[in-house]
Amino acid sequence: MESNLITEDKQKNKLEKAFEILKTMASKPSGLIGLTIVLFHIVLALISPYIAPYDYKAISPNTMLLAPSAEHWFGTDSLGRDVFTRTILGGRTALTVTFFGSLIALLWGGLLGIFCGLVGGKIDDVVMRVVDAFLSIPWILAMLLIVSLLGTSTEVLIPALGFFYGKGIVRVARAATHDVIAKDFIVSARARGHSNMSIIWNEIIPNVRDAILVEGAMRWSWMLLGFSSLSFLGFGVSPPTPDWGLMISNARGLMSFAYWSVIAPIVGLSSLIIGINLTADAFAKALGIDRSTKAPV
Amino acid sequence: MSEIIESVKNLSIGFNSQQGKQISILRNVSTNIKKGETVGIVGESGSGKSTLALAMMGYIKQGLFPLKGECLFKSKDLLKMSSRQLEKIRGRKIAMIPQNAGQALTPNLKIGYQIDEALRLHTDLNKTERDKKISELLNKVRLPSPETMAFRYPHELSGGQQQRVAVAMALAGKPDLLLLDEPTTGLDVTTQAHVLELLRFIAKDTGTSMIYVSHDLGAIAQVSDRIVVMYAGEIVLEGPARKILKEPIHPYTYGLLKSIPKLSLAGLPASMPGTQPQPGSINEGCSFYDRCNLATDHCKKNSPDLEHIKELDTNVRCFNHKELINQNNNLQTSITKKSNNSEAIEVLKLKDVSISYAKQKFFDQLLNKISDQNPTVKDINIDIKKGETIALVGESGSGKSTILKSIAGLLKTKDGQIKFENDRILSSDLKMRNPNDLRAIQLIFQNPDESLNPNHTVEQILSQPLKLYFNLSGEELKKNIIDLLKKVRLGEFYMSRYPRQLSGGEKQRVAVARAFAAKPDIILCDEVTSALDVSVQAAVLNLLQQLKEDLGTTYVFVSHDLAVVRAISDRVAVLYQGRLCEIGPSQNVYKFPSHPYTEVLLGAVLEPDPDIKPKLVAEDIVEEKPPEKGCSFQGRCPRKIGDICNLELPPWQIDENGNAIRCHINIDELASLQQ
Repeated sequence: MESNLITEDKQKNKLEKAFEILKTMASKPSGLIGLTIVLFHIVLALISPYIAPYDYKAISPNTMLLAPSAEHWFGTDSLGRDVFTRTILGGRTALTVTFFGSLIALLWGGLLGIFCGLVGGKIDDVVMRVVDAFLSIPWILAMLLIVSLLGTSTEVLIPALGFFYGKGIVRVARAATHDVIAKDFIVSARARGHSNMSIIWNEIIPNVRDAILVEGAMRWSWMLLGFSSLSFLGFGVSPPTPDWGLMISNARGLMSFAYWSVIAPIVGLSSLIIGINLTADAFAKALGIDRSTKAPV
Repeated sequence: MSEIIESVKNLSIGFNSQQGKQISILRNVSTNIKKGETVGIVGESGSGKSTLALAMMGYIKQGLFPLKGECLFKSKDLLKMSSRQLEKIRGRKIAMIPQNAGQALTPNLKIGYQIDEALRLHTDLNKTERDKKISELLNKVRLPSPETMAFRYPHELSGGQQQRVAVAMALAGKPDLLLLDEPTTGLDVTTQAHVLELLRFIAKDTGTSMIYVSHDLGAIAQVSDRIVVMYAGEIVLEGPARKILKEPIHPYTYGLLKSIPKLSLAGLPASMPGTQPQPGSINEGCSFYDRCNLATDHCKKNSPDLEHIKELDTNVRCFNHKELINQNNNLQTSITKKSNNSEAIEVLKLKDVSISYAKQKFFDQLLNKISDQNPTVKDINIDIKKGETIALVGESGSGKSTILKSIAGLLKTKDGQIKFENDRILSSDLKMRNPNDLRAIQLIFQNPDESLNPNHTVEQILSQPLKLYFNLSGEELKKNIIDLLKKVRLGEFYMSRYPRQLSGGEKQRVAVARAFAAKPDIILCDEVTSALDVSVQAAVLNLLQQLKEDLGTTYVFVSHDLAVVRAISDRVAVLYQGRLCEIGPSQNVYKFPSHPYTEVLLGAVLEPDPDIKPKLVAEDIVEEKPPEKGCSFQGRCPRKIGDICNLELPPWQIDENGNAIRCHINIDELASLQQ
């Protein structure tokens, strides 16, 4: 309580604020590790086409299933392709698809949740029951249906993933809105006669933004896993595009004698997911909306 | 001299700021608690009173740590004990009664079980002895029917009863020292008076020492033998209760006492300028220097020590206290309000207004049945004149805020009409009202922390109504905002601040400015001062009065605090269970004859004067629902005359001063009964 009194009076612009949040996130080891991993993956995704030592689709019967060596750091796969090359390239599609997918999820889930939380009543009841109904459908089955009908292009995958991962955000945004609309400043805006849109935009969004962003970051990591599962099942990226899920799927039958071609994509995928999770946690803590603090006894 | 059971010696407690500086919240506090004595610790929020009280039971909040000094309980330092050692003392030797008993009791365990738990932990009694002890304790705290009380759950009890259970639990271990942290703050006036009376009785009966922490000098005055006044982490005045309250020789205490509105005074209390310095901001000199009217250059450079004044038996931290000794006779003064400038025009009329929270059931809707025959608020008729301040008074559940909400259009009325200007009916649905009517009626809320958007700057907050109603933008908008800030006596530089960077009083000023931004005709004030410290409360009341005199605004002022209402209002309406009991000019409502409920309320008001004891004339039971027939106050009325009260709605009686009372007892008879 008292420590709040010492807050600085200085006014900071948005860029400085963002920097401040990053600094707070990096001040704890878990946040620093998370940020480093995520940054590493992003940089890798950007530069990997220029640094890849081999052609990712060059098939060669001479180099099939070679163990890691000086020429092939992570060995080669069953078609003789370099695993290192394919691993560093394998995150690109996943990152792009899930990043934009998360954005879509955030947008529609967040806005719908806020709207339902604000208006309440029958509209809220109906919308939430529909969302519940969707939650009860195993998403992967529904995804498979969509993908088999519309194909596996990114134009299909991004909105489809965005839709299925946005359902959960609806609930979070609605709950966060409920916390806010009980406050008197919303009542005050209502009594003044502001429109619902104006109340959402001016009064609610600034107060629920943080909670929804954190939720979005968590969704991102889940969506990565989901996207990779689709690829694993053969419904994500089509070969020969390198992708972790696909690589794991292709190499899993040979795991007993060519473990390297499975381990590399697994490490890539799980490190990115862990990194995003750690970052999201640190982000929540830096924004002060983390509820896992110990009881003060 | 009796035995000292706890003594605090040169205690300083602080924390490390983000800049790595050590900032102290308590500075060099020393005091002694004697056996059987009740010590009241009083101070505004942030004065360190709770930190001191908690340290006295060896507890220091997370993030804080002791810088120096010690807390000796029976000559052992609590601050150096391990948690195992403290466990043996807490509950058994030192017990605590929390502010909100409702939250301190476990909701899914029966009352008896929870008390039994305390007994098992702190005594060696066997099962039958403990059972006997439980009913003994429940008896002692005067809970009704203690046999069945033990088998009830916390939610089945009222706030006052929950607080009594907390007292019973604290007494279970037969402690030597009881620590009470604002134990009556959340309670209704009558309940508060009853709980305080109980505490006083227990202190006398058991010989337990008590530390009573509160911001409310009225409550402190009722229970304390000795009073410690805290300011900015220091003790500024300490001495026998009577001396402190009657002859305060520290300018802060003096100002504090003057800023408390009193029932006997019609005008507004004097306010103290400025606010308490924040921890860490005092470098040299007296901490009260900025707000003190006795301050000299000497005070700016040197900080005074606690000085013992023998003839008054008090300790005071002030160089110029001698000047106050001669000034003390004028504690009972107030600022007179400008004479009632209300014109005869009625600006707002409530006609037979009823409001119900009950939702019509589906089947009733089908059968077209009117479901709620006994609504929360019923038959409210009030005519509000232009330029007057009318107060709605009552305990929680009296429907005062409900009425306010329906005037604002936030709650639909069930029956009746709200008429605005020239008898035009205002729709009870907010969406059906035209923008100009919405502009004309503005609301100010109780808690500025909740009524200001934490993510908006003051500029953004104030520009909302200006943009909405007047379509202002650019330079003109900015000019208007600066004007508004000036009106509420805040500088231009506040524009870029966020609410969290403001003090409670400043926040409420911004809320007031936002209401006035709409250039309203009527402002609805919902308990606007009850979340504020007394000195700030006085300042906000004065500001509201000033604005009203300048702009001719009409206020509908809702409050549970009769003294505050007395200070600000021209007319008062007393409500019980959503029904009007009494309405009239404020000087007459505060005089007899009164409605029996008004009499009960007035009797329970706590004044910061040890000579004025509250008169407890009615039980502090809480009624869940208004009675279906008869007088609304029949369940608790000390002057009930018989069946007629239960069966027939009492008639309105109007005395010669225009004071209307709804009671079966003849008004002259009431007057003679109440003399």
